[in-house]
Formats: sequence, C-alpha cells, structure tokens
Amino acid sequence: MDLKEKLVSSFMAFENQVDVDSYVHGIRTEAIKTFETTGFPTKKEEAWKYTSLNKILKQDYSVFPKQENSIEYRDVKKYLIHDIDTYKIIFIDGKYSSHLSETTHDGIDVCLMSAALSKPKYRLVIENYFNKAATNDSLSSLNTAFSSEGAFIHIPKNKLVEKPIQIVHFSTGNESALMLQPRNLIVVDENSHVQIIERHQSLTENSVLTNSVTEVFANKRAIIDYYKIQNDNQKASLIDNTFIKQKQESHASVHTFTFGGNLTRNNLNFYQHGERIDSTLKGVTIIGDKQHVDHNTLVHHIEPNCESHQDYKGIFDDNATGVFNGKVVVEKEAQKTNAFQANNNILVSDKSSINTKPQLEIFADDVKCSHGCTIGQLDEDALFYMKTRGIPEKEAKALLMYAFANNVLESVKIPEIKARITKLIATKLGVNIGFNL
Amino acid sequence: MLQIKDLHASVEDKTILRGINLEVKAGEVHAIMGPNGSGKSTLASVIAGKEEYEITKGDILFEGENIDELAAEERAHKGIFMSFQYPVEIPGVSVTNFMKTAINETRKAKGLEDMPANEMLKLIREKSELLEIDRKFLSRSLNQGFSGGEKKRNEIFQMAMLEPKLAILDETDSGLDIDALRIVANGVNKLKSKDNAVIVITHYQRLLDYIVPDFVHVLHNGRIVKSGPKELAHELEEKGYDWIKEEVNA
Repeated sequence: MDLKEKLVSSFMAFENQVDVDSYVHGIRTEAIKTFETTGFPTKKEEAWKYTSLNKILKQDYSVFPKQENSIEYRDVKKYLIHDIDTYKIIFIDGKYSSHLSETTHDGIDVCLMSAALSKPKYRLVIENYFNKAATNDSLSSLNTAFSSEGAFIHIPKNKLVEKPIQIVHFSTGNESALMLQPRNLIVVDENSHVQIIERHQSLTENSVLTNSVTEVFANKRAIIDYYKIQNDNQKASLIDNTFIKQKQESHASVHTFTFGGNLTRNNLNFYQHGERIDSTLKGVTIIGDKQHVDHNTLVHHIEPNCESHQDYKGIFDDNATGVFNGKVVVEKEAQKTNAFQANNNILVSDKSSINTKPQLEIFADDVKCSHGCTIGQLDEDALFYMKTRGIPEKEAKALLMYAFANNVLESVKIPEIKARITKLIATKLGVNIGFNL
Repeated sequence: MLQIKDLHASVEDKTILRGINLEVKAGEVHAIMGPNGSGKSTLASVIAGKEEYEITKGDILFEGENIDELAAEERAHKGIFMSFQYPVEIPGVSVTNFMKTAINETRKAKGLEDMPANEMLKLIREKSELLEIDRKFLSRSLNQGFSGGEKKRNEIFQMAMLEPKLAILDETDSGLDIDALRIVANGVNKLKSKDNAVIVITHYQRLLDYIVPDFVHVLHNGRIVKSGPKELAHELEEKGYDWIKEEVNA
C-alpha cells in the first residue's frame, strides 16, 4: 500500500478519535476527498518541477504514533531559545508535552489546537479563521483532513506580547518512520504584537516527514514577526505550508533559516486584504551534502498602497540543490504597490545547483516592482586577500558566506535569536569564529 | 631573512619571472622598480603565495625555510605581509572584525589563545592613531567605498596590527595624494626595526623620498637587471627606464 492509500484508509480510524459532528470535521471530510482526488504533487506540476517527493514518500511512515513518548528538558534544552523568557508549546511525536511547555490563558491564549477545537469558548474563533487562509492544494488538504493538534494562539486587541512564543515539534525516533501533520492557527487582533519561533527537530536518525500547515491572521495594525529555524537532521523532511492573511496597516515578517533537513519545502503565502500593509519574507539557506531546499513564495497584492520585501540568500555546497520560486501578483486595484524581491545564491561546489525563478504578474499600472536573482561563486581575490592576512581558507570562506547572508540577519529583532542563528551558521560552516561583524 | 634563488614563475603557461635572485636581510629596506609589465606585482604575489602563479624553477626561502609549498595563510603566520596594489572590497565584513579574525587566526596557528578583547581594542586604537584613521572608519565594510588613499592607509594599518617580519608594499604609492603618502610612509617608518624588513615595489621614486631604501633593484622582463644604492632611484626618475633596457640589450 503506498502512502496515499495508507493515509486515505486511515482516515476512518482517525474519525474514531475526533468529534465527527463538529464544524471542523465537515472541513476535514471535504479535505480528504480533495487529497484522494489529487494525491501527492508530482514533478509534472509547474510548482514542483524541481522538487521530487518520490523518494521520501516511499518510506513506510507510521501516521499515528503508537505510544506517548517523553523526553527530559535537559536533553532538548539546546534546541530551545532558553536564555530569554518565552512561552513554549512543545510537542513530542505529535502529542502535546505539558511538562516541557509553558502556555497561558492570561489575557491571551497560547495553547493547543486540540483544546481550541473542542472547547465551546473558542468556537467562534475557529469558525471565523480555521482553514480560511489555507488553500486546498493537495498537501494542505491532507493536513486539513487530519488536523487535530498543533499550536493555537489568539491575541486579542491592544496586546503587546512581550515574551516570544516558541512552537517546537520534537520527534523521538521511537517509530522507524513517522509522519507528522501539525496544524497551527495564529490570530492576532487589532494593534497587537507577537513574536513566534517555530522549529521541528528529530532526536534520532529515524526518518520523519512533517507536513505542517500554519495559518496566520494579522488583523488591523497587528504586527507579527515569525522566525522559522530549520536545522533538523538529514533524515528529516519538512513540507511547511504557511498562509498569512493580513488586514490593513498590519506588518508581518517571516524569516526562514534553513541549514538542516533532507528535503525542505517552504510554501509561504501572503495575502494582503487592506491598504498600507507590509509583508516581509526573508531567508538564509546554507546546505551541503545531498540536501534539498525549495522556497516557494507568493505575495498577493490585492489592495492599493502596500509593500512587500523579499530577500533570500542561498549557499549551496557539495551536491546540494536549491529552488527559489517567488511569485508576486499585483491585482488591478493594487495601485501604488511597492514589491521587491531578491534571491542571491552562491554555489560553493561544482556539483551544487540552484533553480531560481521570479514570477511577477502585474495587472496594475502604477506600481514599483523589482526583482533580481544572482548566482555566483565566492570571490577568489577576496579569499586570497584574507589568506594573506593569516585567515585560513575555511575561515575566510565562512566569513565571506556570513557576510553574504548578514543583511538578512540584520532584520532579526530578537538578539538571542540572532545570536543563535549566528552560532548555527558557524557550526554549519565548521568554523569557530565569532562573526560579530 | 628572505632568499630568492633563480626564481622562475608563470601564470597560465605564460612565463613572467625568469630567474630572480634577491636576498633581503633583517633591518633592510629594498626597493624594486621597473617599467610596467616587468613582473613587479607578480614577484610580490609569488612571495605572498598566490596559487595561480606556478613556480617552475628556483626557490623562495624565508628564515632559511623553503616556503614554496606553503599556503598564503601559512606564510602570513610566519610573518610575511603584502600590501595590495588594489585592496579587495569585502562587503559585510568590518575592518575591526576582519582584523580581529586575522590576529586570532594567526595566534591560533601559533598555539596561542585569542587576544583578550580589551587588549585588542587598545591595539586597534593605538595603530589607527598611527595611521590617522578615524574610529568610525573601523566599523565600515572592509575597503568598500574607500577612497584610494583610505584603502592604502588601511593596508598599512593592517600591517601595523599584524607586525610582520617582512612587509612587501606593492605600489602602495599609487593613487595617493601627498598627505596620504606622508601618513603611509610615516606609518611604515615607525614600524621599521632592526628585526624586520621591507620590500617597496614602486614605479616612481616619489615614495622612496619618504621610505628610504638601502638597495634599489631594477626589474625588467622578469629579471633583476641592475641593483644599486638609493641614488639609482633618482637616476631612474630622471632618465626613465629606456637606458636600462638599452644596457640590458647591449
């Protein structure tokens, strides 16, 4: 039985565990039908031309973890941002871990999707927002069909949430191969501000496939800063589907740092429903070996006077492959749009490759849109110059690569995250230098 | 300190150096002059360890040790420094961080701990004052948007920080106005001691009024064709290089 059949047939078993009379279950039922019709995407589809799921779909994934596993804080502390006070929503093999988490209902809701789906007091939020931003593509539909657990964050209006919120999914590797489908819903009301850090981490070398959906709603004048740290081991693959729906004057930014993982696909979609909206999409990808990272972005400019800023840097070594597919749509009504997109890449080895494709669809006539992509190598003259000053080749390369990625890091607002990313970059590049440029 | 014996070098199968012999002792200043294309910059790059240049014959000995096979950074760790004719711009790496990394990597190669931060700051302050470099300048990206004079001053600042045994100044005077020239030369002179040596590579005699050489060598067509005392530089300035070429060809 292939994975698709296995998933479709396990939907009945899944129905035994959930409330089939609920509002959400109607959506799930529709979604499984969609997935059954479409199946997993193949390279025949334009959006998947350079990324093949074939190999990772061949594993015999367990789709419902059999047992509850626990882990000790000291064993996973290093994966958390622990030098500042944060809220934490932590999952182990898809199940909520209360002893590692720190949630709240004090003025804001930082809790669980399972709670939000079952408790009447959240019914309205769920009905207003659940699956209202996600599209019905096959992978999102698959996630929707099995959606039951994940992070639920609701920030009512006029709240400045001072503590960042960490959403971390650990997999213990107790199953030989595990498929996870977390479902996150984040609603930020008028004038509120929240910072979120998301990470997926497997703790052993057993295969993990995560197909995650995150819906984010930034209401009027809300500010959301979202950081995705993708540094999983090389048996773990991640398909991250994130949908961000913005209302007028809201600011939303997503920084995606990808250093780990086997196959990583980021489907990051921004929809601007209102004027004077600002959307920022930034990423640093540093991969080697046979790693593959695909950034598939969409910014949909629907109304006038909005901005979007995209800046993705990629460094590819060994046999690593990268894809950047950045689509910007400017509707006819969206006059005075400012949309910028840049994708710069360095190929460190002859065997690495990147496919980069900007796609601009502009239907308005009074807009400023720019895009540019570059693919280059490290500057040999600069390397020689640095070496004559006593900096060895490896460190010189690392310094050049860090400098190349640095302007993405500069917009990280939480210093502890910036420090952590800097450290991860040094580790990834195998050097022990401080980089504090 | 430096002994170059019958050095032949080529780049992409094109022979540029055709048998250089040169000995530089501690405490000496040597000037290497010559017309464009004579191989001056190649000689500097070969000593510094640029990989594109292949040594086809001969040896370079530094403090008695053959350094032909050493990487550029290893030569730097031994105390060889080259001031570039065209310093490379490195966006995103500040002057300060670049120097910190260079110094600590050199210390690491010698088995020493990183230089303590306060000591580093003190050193940076001291050396930047010597080269009359504004503190703000140190936080800028290395060489990016620097004027010609700023780039050269920055080269000598790096030299001052690294305190090499042998400094090769490749056309350090090009693109400098008289004030910058004076500052740069003053910096070099202050760093000079009986334990280190300087090779000044230049097209013009101008810099040699400030950094006075013990020996002047004329490079032509990949060979040193004439050596003499500092007065030779004046003679070249007055009469150009043609008479040397004629002498060689005669």
